[in-house]
Amino acid sequence: MAYEQRFDGRGMTELRPFKAKAGIVRRADGSAMFQIGDTVAYAAVYGPRDLFPRFLQDPSRGILRCHYNMMPFSGSGERIRPGQNRRAKEISMVTEKALLPVLDLSEYPNAVVDVFIELPQTDAGSRCAGICAASIALADAGLSMKDMVSAIAIGRIEDKIVVDVNKKEEDYEGGMADIPIAMLPRTGELTLLQMDGELSKKDLARAIEAAKGAVKEIKEVQRQALKDKYEGDRK
Amino acid sequence: MNGSNGSQKDEIIKFLDRGMRFDGRKADEFRPIEIEYDISKNAEGSARVKVGSTEILAGVKMEVMAPYPDQPNQGTMMVGAELLPFSNPEFEAGPPSIQAIELARVVDRGIRESKAIDMAGLCIAEGEKCWVVVLDIMTINDEGNLIDASGIGAYAALTRTVFPKYEDGKIDYKAKTGKRLELSRVPVPVTVIKIGRHLIIDPTTEEEKAMDSRLTVTTDEKGIIVALQKGGDQPLSQEEILTMVDLATAKAKEIRKLFA
Repeated sequence: MAYEQRFDGRGMTELRPFKAKAGIVRRADGSAMFQIGDTVAYAAVYGPRDLFPRFLQDPSRGILRCHYNMMPFSGSGERIRPGQNRRAKEISMVTEKALLPVLDLSEYPNAVVDVFIELPQTDAGSRCAGICAASIALADAGLSMKDMVSAIAIGRIEDKIVVDVNKKEEDYEGGMADIPIAMLPRTGELTLLQMDGELSKKDLARAIEAAKGAVKEIKEVQRQALKDKYEGDRK
Repeated sequence: MNGSNGSQKDEIIKFLDRGMRFDGRKADEFRPIEIEYDISKNAEGSARVKVGSTEILAGVKMEVMAPYPDQPNQGTMMVGAELLPFSNPEFEAGPPSIQAIELARVVDRGIRESKAIDMAGLCIAEGEKCWVVVLDIMTINDEGNLIDASGIGAYAALTRTVFPKYEDGKIDYKAKTGKRLELSRVPVPVTVIKIGRHLIIDPTTEEEKAMDSRLTVTTDEKGIIVALQKGGDQPLSQEEILTMVDLATAKAKEIRKLFA
């Protein structure tokens, strides 16, 4: 079977409409919203701040903690019970790993930077949207960063590589692989890579190539969100 | 609540003695309230409420369960609230704190006791199946008065709640029926706090920290009290309580006009 036409009519490398906004939570040190299609991610950053209990502290550098949370009413099926399930814990951990390489926390011994990602509405690609929002929020918090982190869910559906998988594609019952990727847009290095499904080495290379194009587009919107906020603040 | 924030509290009282608050409001003045409906497509009903810069989201999911044995022909409602560490640097991750539980229960009581929802109408098959209305409140930015923002958001989300399709013992969440959840009453909570000898409504975070005591009064559109919750460490006199009820009833009447 071939996948010639995407369910929502998009081109194979076309992203859903996406947008970003910096500074959505006044009490946070940094915050942002990132929406792609019907997936909406909010991120709030608190810190660097003192880390307790003390035994968690690292005297050589600050640590990064991420918390990914789907709101109970955000999923397309049943209510999601509050509290971190195994999936949320794993995503929190890989999100941390996705963001850490751009940060320099050596100036903040014994401190923690907390990143809270909340999803009020989802339609696949939520961990990637969360990473995009978190990256803007970290910059909004004034932390020095080597690059933005941009992320996108790539899919293989039958013989096609598609960019920005939505829920209907994710649920496709034929040959499907779901490949969330986070990337440093400047160098093309990957900081998050996961895959569900079956994938050839050749298709993996195609997926990474496709992600490179997508993250360049996303990075521009992330940067613009920050510029809009700071230009707005100056006015 | 007392002592730890002494100088700030003295300053707030000095202002109130001159009829002023830090943000320029009068004692009985609410911050601007904004209600935005249908903020989450996967919820059966949802709303965003801003009270000044305090912001919450409320969302409803409908579930089907066996009714409670003592009420075989009635559906039920559950209210949850999370004080997300996302929304306030002092909130911690983990299981709901006692403050979150209190918030959920105060909101729950206002809706339940006003009988806004026709629970018998939620029965699908007596003794076997009924709808459960599950309402969740998530805090986005806490700058005081989460209780009132949550109560307003809860009601707003419920007014937009549409039943999903239920067939052959299964819910199809993607197929929405046109059937709305009917609400017969409009419960609105208004929280009045006491600082020194002053009574003020819609407190900010700094006012909440300085409060001696607090009373949340939920009234319906007829002015009947449907829920009460006293908080804070200091007592309240009968006279104070009755004044607080008057203040809350009058404000609730104004807030009720905002519902679309």
